[in-house]
Amino acid sequence: MILDLYNNLETYLVIAALLFGLGIFGMLNRRSLIGMLIAAELLLGGASLNFMAFNRFLAPDPTTGQIFTLFIMGIAAAEAAIALSIIIAVYRNFKSIDTEDIAELQG
Amino acid sequence: MSSLVSVEGLAGVVFLVVVAVTLIGGVIATSSTRLPRAVSGLALCLIGIAGLYYFLNSPFLAAMEMLIYVGAVCVTIVFAIMLADPGADKKPGGMTAVGTAGSLGVGALFAWGLAALGTTTMWPAAAVKVNDGSVKAVGHALLTTYSFVFELISVVLLLAIIGALALARSGRDKA
Repeated sequence: MILDLYNNLETYLVIAALLFGLGIFGMLNRRSLIGMLIAAELLLGGASLNFMAFNRFLAPDPTTGQIFTLFIMGIAAAEAAIALSIIIAVYRNFKSIDTEDIAELQG
Repeated sequence: MSSLVSVEGLAGVVFLVVVAVTLIGGVIATSSTRLPRAVSGLALCLIGIAGLYYFLNSPFLAAMEMLIYVGAVCVTIVFAIMLADPGADKKPGGMTAVGTAGSLGVGALFAWGLAALGTTTMWPAAAVKVNDGSVKAVGHALLTTYSFVFELISVVLLLAIIGALALARSGRDKA
């Protein structure tokens, strides 16, 4: 029954897999650094959703997954701050955030 | 098996809406050519994920998702777009058609593989739950079992703030 999907571990695993696939697609398809960062947030979201689903349905201690997801959020916030300041520094030097334009080491 | 006109049926409808919001937001975030639109899609997707956390018995994590991701990370990305997006003079379009098809194929392969793995495995349920996973239990575990990690992540965040300031500050006076 479609209305009982929310009480089912597999539903959440499939949603997390779709988010992860979208993140990989965006990561490969984007050419600007900010677009890739957005895709990375989707990847982290899929991973956190997996942790939360297993935590809800299978874990003997239901606080573990919640705390791990909290730590993922903290790391993701730190990662976003660092990545965006790197992007701003790159933009100052190259006047572009396109990955094709910032390939000076390509030889 | 629950009918539409019951609390469980209504929760099921809300769940379907939340799932649709999550996936539509994810598609917008990855496939729109304009970055502000992509950030809006990301915010939509993260609101959907917060709803999913609510369905997973964790209103605390849902609130944190809204605060940290939608409130902080998305706004920071918008600031970065305002500071660093060349915008109109950028050449339109992203990858070549072959590149887009290839990345779509790789993403679909990953999603299909993970979904197949998740649905075909027999997951053993835990025999006994040691607590109820409430906010009180989370706070207790955070300050006893995980107190060292808790302190460590505050150091990581402090370093991230200082590093972000140093990186974004350098080269500013000559620009």
